[in-house]
Amino acid sequence: MLSLRDFYGKTLAELGRKNKDIVAMDCDLSGSTRTSVFAKEFPERFFNMGVAEQDMMGTAAGFAAGGKIPFASTFAIFATGRAWEQVRQSIGYPHANVKIVASHGGITVGPDGPSHQAGEDIALMRAIPGMTVIVPADAHETAAAIRAAAEYDGPVYIRLPRDKFPVIYDEKKTLTIGKSTELRKGTDVTFITCGLMTHVALLAADEMGKNGLSARVIDMATVKPLDSDAVIAAARETGAIVTAEEHTTIGGLGDAVSEVTSGHFPVPVIRVGMPDTYFSSGSPEELVEACGLTPRGLADAAMRAMGMKKTASGK
Amino acid sequence: MKRTEDAGELREIARRIRIEILKMIHTAGSGHPGGSLSAVEILVSLYFSKMNHSTKYAKRDERDKFVLSKGHAAPVLYATLAECGYFSKSELASLRQMDSMLSGHPYAPSTPGVEITTGSLGQGLSQANGLALANRLNGYGSYVYCLLGDGETQEGQVWEAAMTAAHYKLGSLIAFLDNNDLQIDGFVKDVMGIEPIGEKWKAFGWHVQEIDGHDFGQILQAIENAKMVKDQPSMVWCHTVKGKGVSFMERLAKWHGTAPNADELKKALAELGAGGNG
Repeated sequence: MLSLRDFYGKTLAELGRKNKDIVAMDCDLSGSTRTSVFAKEFPERFFNMGVAEQDMMGTAAGFAAGGKIPFASTFAIFATGRAWEQVRQSIGYPHANVKIVASHGGITVGPDGPSHQAGEDIALMRAIPGMTVIVPADAHETAAAIRAAAEYDGPVYIRLPRDKFPVIYDEKKTLTIGKSTELRKGTDVTFITCGLMTHVALLAADEMGKNGLSARVIDMATVKPLDSDAVIAAARETGAIVTAEEHTTIGGLGDAVSEVTSGHFPVPVIRVGMPDTYFSSGSPEELVEACGLTPRGLADAAMRAMGMKKTASGK
Repeated sequence: MKRTEDAGELREIARRIRIEILKMIHTAGSGHPGGSLSAVEILVSLYFSKMNHSTKYAKRDERDKFVLSKGHAAPVLYATLAECGYFSKSELASLRQMDSMLSGHPYAPSTPGVEITTGSLGQGLSQANGLALANRLNGYGSYVYCLLGDGETQEGQVWEAAMTAAHYKLGSLIAFLDNNDLQIDGFVKDVMGIEPIGEKWKAFGWHVQEIDGHDFGQILQAIENAKMVKDQPSMVWCHTVKGKGVSFMERLAKWHGTAPNADELKKALAELGAGGNG
């Protein structure tokens, strides 16, 4: 288990050593988001904006217009919800070179409760034209995403969790924006996942393998622009898809995948995610279980999807 | 492009810009004349006297930059930029049309001379702060200017940005408040009072000067005074007249966002001495 936030802080500081145009910004949560690591090394390039997310996004856009590469961080719910229109108008519309790296995404925020559990952030950012949306699956993919975002000229949203996640990759992991990673080959069904659910899908695929079922697992870390080729290939070759994300089933990865299949190669797509409701406080484990974001929940969804495949083909 | 501090010459430039504002909004059939006309002297003072900018080095990093936070006044910015030579005056007739370089509200990627994309009120000052902070990191001595509307100060983000500018001691930031007393729904004092507005900016840590926003002498002097303030952002609080320069548009909220028809344009141009052909 490694902390994705820790790898963000560490990687940002590394980039800061190489590129003097990188600046970091935060809204009074630098210890939590780990921009504090950058702040400690480069105090003159760190800007605490106080508890003012709208102003942070606008100021970040100004930094970008002045030739800087700002990394603006706070919790996911505030970055994407509180400041949505600033992100849309000041960052998305002029295609400003701003990197929004938000921590505390999803239900695993846990005990803080629904006020802080961002289940809509991917949908909100994905709806903005020109926005790149990345949801890394582990700490190493986080480092790769931060490096890719710094290289790319344009607005990027990267969603990180509060919790540590199991490790999938190693330090050699790279990320190309818009390209997915096939982690398991498979022919019966495909799991398309992002964030924590990538690890969970690997466990589900392993369990299914014991029963002679072959499940493909695709880490779709770049939710936008989506790797449509990989989605269409999965639809064509496995005939059924299960998406899984730590986000509501409205507007996130599941919808992004469904948009591609419905227009190009219609197959059953079962979307696993947080329900359309406000949950409650609780431990991350309890909440994930209650949402069905478990290996068992994903395997059950895969069986349902495969069953629909047979119905759809008239067998 | 000629620089001048001569009030007579600046008044003549302002007259030409008012004519272009009215013509372009009439041609477009929509737009915001009232708040464009109230800001003419402020923009003319910046672009033709005080700002370090040039169409010849439009992308040079150390130039001074202007942010039109009240983006609906785009016509005054476009007419001013065209008068400076950033693009041809013939482009002005394309305002608000499909595929025009002149969007209804400023869009930096498409319009030469437009530094920052605005239009949703309350967002320009934050971006001006970011520009000023970037200049500081780069060691530039350039200035960032920002124009806000009085109704716009009802947006909470303006006051977040006001705090930021004071906290980071942005002496290189000089903002103007186009205090024309009106917004779409009527008098600012009736819609949502903002007074005491000068005291508010002072309380937020700004250096505040109160002037007549149509008096070139006062505007130019206020900019010089503001440049002397090194450790505080400056607010030049400009009392202005909405619709200034066209008798039947002055001080009327209905001219916030209404285009003059052919007869009204003719009458307005005659008042501005534009003659029959404009």
